[in-house]
Amino acid sequence: MAIEQSVLDTIALSRDEYQLIVEKLGREPNEVELGLFGALWSEHCGYKNSKPLLRLLPAEGAYVLTKRGAENAGAVDIGDGMCIVMKIESHNHPSAVEPYEGAATGVGGIVRDIFAMGARPIAILDSLRFGPLTEARNRYLLEGVVAGISGYGNCLGIPTVGGEVCFEDSYAANPLVNTMCIGFAPVDKLVTAAAEGPGNILLLAGADTGRDGIHGASGLASRTDPGERFEELRPAVQVGNPFLEKMLLEACLDLAHNHVDWITGIQDFGAAGLTSSAIESASRGGTGIAIDVAKVPRREEGMTPYEVMLSESQERMLIIVRKGHEDDVAALFERWEVPTAIIGHVTDDRLVHIFDGEEEVGTLPVELLVEAPEYTREGEPAQELYEMESLDLIGLPDVADAGAALLRLLAAPNITSKRWVHRQYDQSVLSNTVVEAGADAAVLRIKPVLSPAEGAPADARQRGIAVATDGNGRYCHVDPYRGASIAVAEAARNVVCAGAQPVAVTDCLNFGNPERPDVYYQMQAVVHGIAEACDALGTPVISGNVSLYNESDGVPVYPTPVIGMLGILGDVTEHCTMAPSPGDELFVLGSSIEQAVDSLSASEHLRLEHGKIGGRLEIDLQLEERVQRAALAAIRQGVATAAHDCSDGGLAVTLAEMCLAADAGLDAANAVVGNRLDAALFGEAQSRIVLAVKPEKRDDLVGVVTSMNVPLEYIGTVTAEGHFRLGPLDLPLADLRDAYENGLERALAG
Amino acid sequence: MRFAVIVFPGTWSDHDSQYSLQLAGQHADLVWHRETDLSGYDAIVLPGGFSYGDYLRCGAIARFSPVMPSVVAAAEAGKPVIGICNGFQVLCEAHLLPGALMRNDSLQYRCEWVNLRAENNTSAWTGLLEPGQVIRVPISHGEGRYFAEEATLDELESSGRVAFRYCTDAGEVTPAANPNGSERGIAGIVNERGNVLGMMPHPERACEPLLGGEDGLLIWKSVAEWTKVGV
Repeated sequence: MAIEQSVLDTIALSRDEYQLIVEKLGREPNEVELGLFGALWSEHCGYKNSKPLLRLLPAEGAYVLTKRGAENAGAVDIGDGMCIVMKIESHNHPSAVEPYEGAATGVGGIVRDIFAMGARPIAILDSLRFGPLTEARNRYLLEGVVAGISGYGNCLGIPTVGGEVCFEDSYAANPLVNTMCIGFAPVDKLVTAAAEGPGNILLLAGADTGRDGIHGASGLASRTDPGERFEELRPAVQVGNPFLEKMLLEACLDLAHNHVDWITGIQDFGAAGLTSSAIESASRGGTGIAIDVAKVPRREEGMTPYEVMLSESQERMLIIVRKGHEDDVAALFERWEVPTAIIGHVTDDRLVHIFDGEEEVGTLPVELLVEAPEYTREGEPAQELYEMESLDLIGLPDVADAGAALLRLLAAPNITSKRWVHRQYDQSVLSNTVVEAGADAAVLRIKPVLSPAEGAPADARQRGIAVATDGNGRYCHVDPYRGASIAVAEAARNVVCAGAQPVAVTDCLNFGNPERPDVYYQMQAVVHGIAEACDALGTPVISGNVSLYNESDGVPVYPTPVIGMLGILGDVTEHCTMAPSPGDELFVLGSSIEQAVDSLSASEHLRLEHGKIGGRLEIDLQLEERVQRAALAAIRQGVATAAHDCSDGGLAVTLAEMCLAADAGLDAANAVVGNRLDAALFGEAQSRIVLAVKPEKRDDLVGVVTSMNVPLEYIGTVTAEGHFRLGPLDLPLADLRDAYENGLERALAG
Repeated sequence: MRFAVIVFPGTWSDHDSQYSLQLAGQHADLVWHRETDLSGYDAIVLPGGFSYGDYLRCGAIARFSPVMPSVVAAAEAGKPVIGICNGFQVLCEAHLLPGALMRNDSLQYRCEWVNLRAENNTSAWTGLLEPGQVIRVPISHGEGRYFAEEATLDELESSGRVAFRYCTDAGEVTPAANPNGSERGIAGIVNERGNVLGMMPHPERACEPLLGGEDGLLIWKSVAEWTKVGV
């Protein structure tokens, strides 16, 4: 019997893949069984195009507690028996189709990954990319996505403390919505996601199951759909219920922290719903499972076993309960007003049995389902890469009116203040937020346990973490290999500027269609670039997500790896901000003020003023490591009073941001800018950090920095006057403030 | 002092309230909304959050929680009761305070540090504040626009029951300093007896210099002082 092409199209499996299934199974799968394959062999769940590449990323390190891909998220030991759990995930396709619910359920999904491990989610970061705000649709998408994140995250009572918002033409039809969640747990309270112990009970907690999100994994996230299909696909986007998620969160943490002996595992329902949740936990546990779909509470009538297995209804968790404790666990959820249902049990035969009441409607081997075929393709660089690399920068005229150019940069949506976004997010709930969004990195304290007797903390010292996300699609478009290394380096630099030691990465890799040789080349180059930078900086990749098929009308998005970086502060009171004080001296670490014209490669200035994207990117990872080590030493020894990463928009923007944060002026009229003013002011040479020091600490800074063989140059002095003087630039601080603080709102006004 | 921090389904400032009360040297228990006996407590905190998801009107379902008759009885007996953010909304829904909280005039959620001008220092919760004193506290709400009829507003003003107004650094009440369009810049009010305070801003998030300020402690310390001295 030949399977119809339309059936395969619905679940996005190829005919070859279907043949492979028939061959391995020794028979044709029935409809339900084929649905399971479609979900688990989808790109989204099976990582069939990316797995071989992902193995190249370093995953181990001194602080890492989890094995690659073994759990819902990665965990890092931060000392004193405490750990941080983190992961980043994309919800690009749903957000393109329905921005509010797409972004909201993206938050819901990543948060469940964290509390499924027994960790309390303590922070969310969002890395967002859209097309230019000159287009009404892009404004609609931005407003919808931000409202969705705000609506869901705020209701959960988890602070959204950072992230990025970027704009490039390439994201117009396909925005990128990547959400990172960070959780905290005592190490001994971490819970696994394994279905262990035959005879143990599968308990579904949370929402009723409906028809929403069927084929989300295979359809929405694993292929390219034309924009015209968006209306038709809207029902494939799930609808979030953050209130139920909040109750589910509290119930699961109560279970994990106070009654862990009642269970063997907790697993969230993500993409492909019950199918992936149950089967992945069986795979982890080396067991089988039997599920009766008739026992799954529904919110709609007449649902088929196929629909129940593939529904992506949100706010559901699978609890693997030790036999005999079913009533205890159900009562615990009842106390939190969360409904539960027993839907099956663990078996020892390594098979998935799907029942619909008495009737067994599908039986498949677990291993076969979770071992999707892997594809290693031939990558080939696009011709465009060579063209961009040979862009003649020397021939470009130098900037004529540097003051006007700086104001345009400060108002540019990629650089301007994102306060309009951040103030829609609850940033301070949970009382841990030391540095809010808008800085290089957000800083959170790890709350000490207060003594049970009334009064002050038992231990005065408070640990802290600094977290940042960074991605630069334009760099990666020009040079995916170095661009990816730069994303890692910059994320680490951000964390260092907050005074934290970078220790681990979670990454979200966003690309177009992997079946295209040029896109596959980008994937290869990006993974190599990340791996090298992570090795050089000692930051293993402990979790992550890959989002492919991000393209429209045959044009892929810029290859966009988003790096989520975790840094640790032994004492959070030693954190550093970007705000210096009047009288402080500013130094640039890592390079001179004067820069070669190559530093304008792929810069914001080059795009904004010359309308060009290209050039040659450079990063010296050994220098990067020394710069970060030197800056961290200067901060920790109390030499540096402020620090800021030099990145988008170059040194002039970095200094302007520092002055605005401090509400102070700058006297750097004597700074040596060399013969290319545009490169000195707006060039984006890597591995640079601006540090502020008190004049009397100047020699200490020189000592620390030169001992590590890091270049250092004096820039100028912070003043109490409202003027920003840098080389030939002389602008009133009020002008900088107006451009920087109103840029986004003006762009949104259309 | 023993504080009951009431936890409705969807409350999320419970832990912050408990933690900051402990920092202030007070005993605070989290009390699930199904509890009906609050007799063991000296003061009651209705914290912020999204009780029942705020899916109906904010606070409209929570006011029917099993714990609420005890909260109302305590308020009527003169025990100190504070409602913060969602808690303020619950107090209004329960008619322990007049008026209502409506959608912010920006139609967006707002979370930021604001300045508050203390207007009243005779209530249970504000005794340590100087009238006119400016304190810094974060807000975090989508529906914090205080509204009441003109006559009610006039009465609140004339009886000194406006506790806080949004203001500038210098203490001026201006439209620009008003983050949500509240009538007359009102951020918090007290009942006639002065034992019940409702406020949208979150003092419990402003109790440590590390987190940006400790002005919020003045609220906790005021009630402790008030209880010591007695009514």
